[in-house]
Amino acid sequence: MDTVSPLERVLRGLAITVVILFFMFPIVWIFLMSFQTNETILRVPPSVVFEPTLTNYTALITGKLETAAGTLEIAFMRNLWNSLFLSTASVAVGLLLGVPAAYAFGRLKFRGSEDIAFTLLSFRFAPPLLVLLPLTIYFQKIGLADTYVGLIWVYQLIVLPLILWIVRGYFEDIPADIEYAYRIAGHSWFSTFRKIALPLAGPGIAAAGLLAFIFAWNNFIFALVLASADKQPVTVGALAFVTASGIQYGQVAAGIVLSIAPTFALALYAQRYLVEGLSLGAVKG
Amino acid sequence: MTDIMLNIENVDKFYGPVGVGVHAVKGIDMQVARGEIIALLGSSGCGKTSTLRMVAGFEAVSRGRIHLAGREVHMLPPVKRNVAMAFEGYSLYPTVTVRDNIAFALKAARLPQSEVESRVRDVAQMLEITDILDRFPTSVSGGQQQRASLARALIRDADLHLLDEPMGQLEPQLRTLLRGRIKHFIKERGLTAILVTHDQTEANALADRIAVMEDGVLQQYASPAEIKERPANLFTGTFVGEPPMNVFPASASVSAGEILLNLAGGLVLRYPEAEFAPEVRQSILSRGDVVIGVRPYAVHRGEGGAEAQVVANQWLGDQTHIAAAFAESTVVLVEHDRARLSEGDRIRIALKPDDLHVFDPDSGMAISHGRGLA
Ligand SMILES: Nc1ncnc2c1ncn2[C@@H]1O[C@H](COP(=O)(O)OP(=O)(O)O)[C@@H](O)[C@H]1O
Ligand SMILES: [Mg+2]
Repeated sequence: MDTVSPLERVLRGLAITVVILFFMFPIVWIFLMSFQTNETILRVPPSVVFEPTLTNYTALITGKLETAAGTLEIAFMRNLWNSLFLSTASVAVGLLLGVPAAYAFGRLKFRGSEDIAFTLLSFRFAPPLLVLLPLTIYFQKIGLADTYVGLIWVYQLIVLPLILWIVRGYFEDIPADIEYAYRIAGHSWFSTFRKIALPLAGPGIAAAGLLAFIFAWNNFIFALVLASADKQPVTVGALAFVTASGIQYGQVAAGIVLSIAPTFALALYAQRYLVEGLSLGAVKG
Repeated sequence: MTDIMLNIENVDKFYGPVGVGVHAVKGIDMQVARGEIIALLGSSGCGKTSTLRMVAGFEAVSRGRIHLAGREVHMLPPVKRNVAMAFEGYSLYPTVTVRDNIAFALKAARLPQSEVESRVRDVAQMLEITDILDRFPTSVSGGQQQRASLARALIRDADLHLLDEPMGQLEPQLRTLLRGRIKHFIKERGLTAILVTHDQTEANALADRIAVMEDGVLQQYASPAEIKERPANLFTGTFVGEPPMNVFPASASVSAGEILLNLAGGLVLRYPEAEFAPEVRQSILSRGDVVIGVRPYAVHRGEGGAEAQVVANQWLGDQTHIAAAFAESTVVLVEHDRARLSEGDRIRIALKPDDLHVFDPDSGMAISHGRGLA
């Protein structure tokens, strides 16, 4: 039996409360802010009592931002759509390329495979700006600057290593004999991959896809440098709220709520997969 | 000339670089006739699975060649070899039912649905797994998974069936029952099979020939009776047979028309020269030092003979195992009746020339069995 002294129980509860407060406070605060006007947000002393308003959200959705200096056009909904499109497309491309590659790295141990896999992962260590500057020049030369294709391509830097490393771990966890048993029964290498390996690694692939989606969604710097306003995701679009007449905290908050809503929902929905995928990546990585 | 189904020619397996890595299989030469059942018998880690996996194509052959059904196969991928295999770890597909696991290969071979069904039914009945056909592998016991995996291999019409310890997880009664059925199933269909096992009873019951392996080397490849009666070397002699063969170092000499085998502790066994063929005498005497072996069933108590002192006496319900101190070692004898002996009793035991196996102490190779040369 697991016996815990009352004191220990109290301390544990306290610790957990502190951690939850620490992590949840900003999220709750932002959520509350998104229903307030700039005046109520900035009043001194701050208070949690206020009259909720939907003006921030309507401004975002209609694209008309009322400031002290007049009405500003903003492209928030466009940004949201860009985020959705860029993340989805990047993850789709990443899965298409990364899953077969992960299988190859996991199963066919060839000379140098470990080095190649590690090199791919090391893209994650490099500061993005290091890659971005030369890329900007090349992209302008070959006409990929400020295109969705170009952005999706660059997003592979984020998405591909993640997928590769997580999914590889899952493939390695499938006993090789299960695949051999299928192959010896008269199936080709490819059909074994499709019928045995893919279904068994399914949860891992889903986790990797979700994680990659969240990472792609949260990316800021690539689109900031490589795309113009009409192709920028919400992370960059939120900059528009920093206006000449001050920062529009209410709208920023509403924008954040709207932009984290999809990833938040995804994460909650697939919590179990994500934890598995992340811990596997951590252990295997 | 018999019809050769499998020919393993001087095959080596290294895990890692050739000559450097783990040398798991050492120069194995072995032929299997069509319709034969072979047992690959050996202790854990002796290279049985490695040998099977090279035949199946899951491990590359480091040296040597393998021919199957007249084709050179050691460079072919598994799918092209037409062999069926029951894996040591079962390796069932977890995402489909036991029935689909068993039927997979037949479906891949595009057999008609009705035939697939009837064959699955037959093999499932034979292995007593009819009631779990619609369950998933992870929801059935280890023994059931093992039988499902065996069924998956046996159901196929392959040139060769490789069965890696297919009954290790089963209870003794079931094992005995299935042994008979599996043998019948294989023989009835004229299949050729290699069965890996570390259980001698299983090897004896199922196999036409037994290949005894140790430390990657094929020690002897012969019928169960021959392996019992004429073990090729000390290893097979002591490895096969329960309880194991008694062995004693001896030095041979000749005196006044008698062959003397001098054992440890001043014990001398005397045999008239005429009891051995001249070439056996010659062979033993020219070596001087030998190792003699005698099976526990062949050690008899009686008048005359050498003295031994009982250290243990166990009645097993159908036979008695007696252990006695003898020649500074222990001799074990088996009797069919209950023996009224207790610890410390003195007995006399006789070792008949017919029952003696003589081995070379250095190489371990057999010199003679009974009165004849090995
Ligand atoms: N994949 C492998 N890599 C390295 N060594 C191996 C591998 N598989 C087996 N071995 C080694 O080869 C030897 C023979 O193993 P195996 O063929 O599995 O024996 P058995 O089936 O008779 O128990 C053992 O020493 C084992 O440790
Ligand atoms: Mg084995």
